[in-house]
Amino acid sequence: MPVDTTLSRRGLFMKLGILFNGLVATVIAVPIVEFLLSSVTRRSNSYLSWVPLGSVSEFPEGETRLATFRNPNVMPTDGKTVDTACWVRRVEGNQFQVFAINCAHLGCPVRWFPQSALFMCPCHGGAYYRDGSRASGPPERGLFEYPSKVENGLVTIQAGELPTPGAPSAALFGKRPPCA
Amino acid sequence: MRLISQIGEWFDRRLQLAAPIREITEHPVPRNTASWWYVFGSAALTVFVLQLVTGILLAMIYVPSGSEAWSSLQSLNHDVTLGWFIRALHGWGSNFMVAIVLIHMVQVFLFGAYKFPRELTWIVGVFLLLMTLGMAFTGQVLRFDQDAYWGLGIGASIASRVPIIGPLAVKLMLGGPIIAGATLSRFFALHVFVIPGMLIGFVCLHLLMVLKLGINEWPMPGRLVRKATYLTEYHELTKKDGAPFVPYAVWKDLFFAAFILLAVAACAAYFGPFGPTGRPDPTIIQTAPKPDYFFLWLYALLSLLPPSMETPALLIGPVVAILILLLLPFLSGEGEKSWRRRPIAVLTILLLAISLGTLTHLSGFTPWSPHMNAWSGDPVPDQFLRRSTALQRQGALVFQVKQCRNCHSLGESGGQRGPALDSVAVRLTQDQLIRQVIQGGGNMPAYGNNLSPAQTTALVSFLKTLHPAGQAPARDASRDAVIGVSQERADPAQP
Repeated sequence: MPVDTTLSRRGLFMKLGILFNGLVATVIAVPIVEFLLSSVTRRSNSYLSWVPLGSVSEFPEGETRLATFRNPNVMPTDGKTVDTACWVRRVEGNQFQVFAINCAHLGCPVRWFPQSALFMCPCHGGAYYRDGSRASGPPERGLFEYPSKVENGLVTIQAGELPTPGAPSAALFGKRPPCA
Repeated sequence: MRLISQIGEWFDRRLQLAAPIREITEHPVPRNTASWWYVFGSAALTVFVLQLVTGILLAMIYVPSGSEAWSSLQSLNHDVTLGWFIRALHGWGSNFMVAIVLIHMVQVFLFGAYKFPRELTWIVGVFLLLMTLGMAFTGQVLRFDQDAYWGLGIGASIASRVPIIGPLAVKLMLGGPIIAGATLSRFFALHVFVIPGMLIGFVCLHLLMVLKLGINEWPMPGRLVRKATYLTEYHELTKKDGAPFVPYAVWKDLFFAAFILLAVAACAAYFGPFGPTGRPDPTIIQTAPKPDYFFLWLYALLSLLPPSMETPALLIGPVVAILILLLLPFLSGEGEKSWRRRPIAVLTILLLAISLGTLTHLSGFTPWSPHMNAWSGDPVPDQFLRRSTALQRQGALVFQVKQCRNCHSLGESGGQRGPALDSVAVRLTQDQLIRQVIQGGGNMPAYGNNLSPAQTTALVSFLKTLHPAGQAPARDASRDAVIGVSQERADPAQP
């Protein structure tokens, strides 16, 4: 029996119906995907801005102190999560190093021990020297360092993004030490 | 009675479900599958239903907002009548579900049930396992406390290491540049809508295939699966030696399901809910975050892998593991089913169980982490200071103050990051001790920039006293020849 290849009126309408649905679905999918990816498609450096940490005099020379700042992007439902801690090292004069609290291994909060002059991580045992370079443990690099400057007597850092090992801004967060 | 059956008939004339349900419940199963080994699948389903019910109850109080989630959990724990119990049921239910799913999977693997024609049932099962683990992780995030916050940070750090798309994946995962309210909300959507929806769909598919293909017969050593003959053989088996699933086999499922529910409830009532720990406030840094039980092995593994292997292991390991699981029924879709004739299968399970068990055990006392308070909390035990000189005591002081104790134990107290130093003087000579302290190495930081020469001298003189009473400290013979009688022999502290 020969196969009937003619297209019936009903068959054509069904195919047109499917095509029509496909078109509409595509049109609706565009804003849906755009909504879903909105946190990704936003330009990365638009999250960053300069945030003051406090006046220079709050940080004694040669010491490393904990400072907190409010993340520049805040939503009403963020609660306390937008308050961020960082370690401020005043090398001398107006020369500062500001380290992210997050271990360069997996992001746990590192603690500064002035006695041994080490940053130690409670999670997997990473340790860093006072200048943020890697001392031992699983991290592959030194601590993330925020770009910092002194402006009108205030220590200011460029912040706004969670420092993670793979982020493009990780380059911004200090260079890999040569030994790593 | 007549009224009830009349009402029943009225409904069935419209629904027409009685016949198919009877067919399902009375389908013949091989008699020897009415075993206690075959109850884990239905137990997993039972706990899943418990999770759905308790999850809905929790959602009536819980607020998925970065600013309020933590306090809503507090009020569930303390204010709402029996809120703590529902939280505990959900939390313990989650642990039980992961455990039962894993046991079910091991049983299916060892009984060869993944072989022809049940390949797709196994593959759907692998996805069910992944979704169960996904539920466990996203559930931990919803307990928006310190562990959840830093756990997300760990997740983000891992995701960021994926080449090229890593940083984008982090932003997609966090819903923004940092861990904040948007992060919690999207994990809420995943935990409450997306993954459960997929789970329900996949569970139905999984069950449908169990019904269509029949339950795996008890594996007999030597009875091989062949694609050409298996279906006929199975059909004959159920005909010759089969019994209706209800009631012949189902009573064991029922008993075990009730027992598991009772166990979950008992754990919930006795141990109570999990957390929440401290507020998700990233300015509180005095915290040592830990994942939930079923991810502890991963936490241990991440500490113990050499740094250079970590990223490949993190990114390639899971892909390989999942691929092996998915390809398993195609790699060994035929042949022997019985574990008695599959030694490699049994060894694989043993190896995995021992590895995961060991890693989980290690994560209980985290020997790789410095003890942050050992330097101020654990004094040098007395026996190490008896008959010591002023210089050696000064060295013991340096040892404490410079926080060597955080990583090195003495008299079984202190950190375990580095080796215990109770007998370090037997292993290292004076020169080696000085070199190790100043230059570090072997995973120890260099202290050269942080110790004055006087402190180093004192410290090393103390370290040299650390050897068992009957054992002489290590010494460099050539040094003796050059300098004369070594200091060790003249040392008054030595017996």
